[in-house]
Amino acid sequence: MKILLVDDEAELVSALAERLSFRGFEAQWVSSGDEAVQKVHENDYDLAVLDVKMPRMSGLELREKLKKIRPAMKYIFLSGHGSEDDYRAGAAEAVCYLVKPVKIEELVEKINQALGRE
Amino acid sequence: MSIKGIFKPEFWDADAQAAGPYKRLFDYKRIWQLCFAILVMVSLIPILIMASIDFSVTRGAIKSENTLRAARTTSNTRRSVSFFVEERKSALQLLVEMENFRSSYNKENLISMLKSLKNSFGGFIDLGVIDENGKQVAYVGPYKLEGREYCGQDWFRQAVDKGVYVSEVFLGFRDSPHFVIAVKHFIGNDKSKYRILRATLDTRQFNDIFSALDLPQGEDVFLVNREGVLQTPTRWNGDLFSKVSFDLPEKSFRTKVQQITDHNGETVMVGYAYIENTPFVLLFVKTKKEFMGAWQRSRDTVTWLTGVSIAVILVVMWAVASYLVERIYIADMTRSKALQQMEHHNRMASIGRLAAGVAHEINNPLAIINEKAGLLKDLFTFSKAYEADERLIGLVDSVIDSVERCGRITKRLLGFSRQSDIEFRPIYPQKVIETVLSFLNKEAEYRCIDIHVSVMEGIYEVVTDRGKLEQVLLNLISNAFQAMKDGGALQIEVARKDKNNLIFTVRDNGCGIPESDLKRIFEPFYSTKKQSGGTGLGLSITYGLVQDLGGAMSVKSELGKGTEFSFTLPSSPRSKGDK
Repeated sequence: MKILLVDDEAELVSALAERLSFRGFEAQWVSSGDEAVQKVHENDYDLAVLDVKMPRMSGLELREKLKKIRPAMKYIFLSGHGSEDDYRAGAAEAVCYLVKPVKIEELVEKINQALGRE
Repeated sequence: MSIKGIFKPEFWDADAQAAGPYKRLFDYKRIWQLCFAILVMVSLIPILIMASIDFSVTRGAIKSENTLRAARTTSNTRRSVSFFVEERKSALQLLVEMENFRSSYNKENLISMLKSLKNSFGGFIDLGVIDENGKQVAYVGPYKLEGREYCGQDWFRQAVDKGVYVSEVFLGFRDSPHFVIAVKHFIGNDKSKYRILRATLDTRQFNDIFSALDLPQGEDVFLVNREGVLQTPTRWNGDLFSKVSFDLPEKSFRTKVQQITDHNGETVMVGYAYIENTPFVLLFVKTKKEFMGAWQRSRDTVTWLTGVSIAVILVVMWAVASYLVERIYIADMTRSKALQQMEHHNRMASIGRLAAGVAHEINNPLAIINEKAGLLKDLFTFSKAYEADERLIGLVDSVIDSVERCGRITKRLLGFSRQSDIEFRPIYPQKVIETVLSFLNKEAEYRCIDIHVSVMEGIYEVVTDRGKLEQVLLNLISNAFQAMKDGGALQIEVARKDKNNLIFTVRDNGCGIPESDLKRIFEPFYSTKKQSGGTGLGLSITYGLVQDLGGAMSVKSELGKGTEFSFTLPSSPRSKGDK
């Protein structure tokens, strides 16, 4: 079960990756959209957790790019911003949308849901 | 505006200093004074001009009317008197021209003549014939005057000189007023031989001329001689043979009218005419009081009316000026309140944006702390390298809990600062009330206010705009907080009103609202807290918000016991069209 975490806050995403790995996920992390594209080219991930607000490339844009590379990949969005527009965009794509700070149990549950396992 | 407000309007004590450099624009007292002065001037000047014109016109009219009337009466009476004397004089002249008169002065003849004179003209008392030596040679009449000498008397000389003589009225030795007409005639063709026919007339007929005049009150017509001694009875100018109280005007045979000041200092109007060939002067007298009486009455009326009009105008103008300036004042106050309000809204909006930014900024470090602490906990839990130390896990747990609490606050703040158009979504009343209370919980705790929320069973969701509902509840609850003393009780209830409507009630046990204010509390800018900075907009905005949501709002209050605001909400919104 390979998961890619993308967030400009390296401190956050590194800790999160480690925590997920404790829970049986193979989690890798990058801190920018470009790196994420590169990683996705190299590896085959089941799911990506994307930050909505990132410098240069937003999470939504990044998803469009990643979709072209790996159409089967699932997405979960994280955001620190309680913006209505982001929420709508996320909800419209029927993908999970979580607001930071997020509980690890909640995230794990959402990942399992997205991947269709119980 | 109350009556008191008209005479001592609110703006009277308004502080113009506050307006700074534009204080002249806001000097309501000065505006009022200007307004009042202009209004009063514009309305009073025409009235005063009209009144003074009316004064002089009426005065002139009455004066000329009186003058004309005096002239007419005088003139007519002069003609009558003149005719009376002239007629009798002519009769006597006719007598002396007759042959049978001149031929013999016997008594029978004179008796028959006197009789015919009495019958035809009237007024004759006796007839006498006097020779050139002044001796009465023949006499008929009630007195024994035959043989009497008149040669030394003035009238005799005048009759001899002028041929005709008319005397003043006098008592003579008969002791009754009478006057004499004497006519000189020559006997034959000898100019040195003459006789004088002397007739005495009583004044009864003469006086009848005057009493026949139908004079109004205050007018008097009578005769005087050239010295001003009264010849006929008067109404109020003295007795017969007394002197009139003023000097006679200068001689004129034409009728004239003058104003004369008499010896008592009173002004009288005098119409007069000297009657030709007699010693008589006809006088028409009218007192000033009488002839200006009509004018004075009309002047009094005009003065009275003008006075009342001026008083009414002053009162009305005062009220109008006060009302106008009060309106301006209220408009200015309203505008400045609205500006303040806008300023306040603007500031609140920017604080809202700022709060959202701050919340977002805080969220990221919170997330990092969360993950780091979580990782620590995971390490203690999953890794064998670190023993599962209960105390350390407890510490980390409390860090995570705190982060979670902060996270709730920042999320709520972000949600609350979001400003959007009205948007109907299903929401849970219980949750909305809790969110709103979460902003006021601290204050409630500090002030020991007991809050009781009860939502009727079976109410789970209502489709409405969350933001507006939150604001309505926030306004009502914070109002209730302001009305209550520390330790009050607040009750919030949600109940089903009917199939389609919910009713929300916010009830406090605070100071209550007086009956008189109750009708007006939803009006914009109506505030009982003006001193403490109220704008009077809170409840009117709340009212508007409830209407936006398709509901209705009402209030019940009892002074000293508390207030209950309630509003209904449709459980699913009607479409905008039938709102």
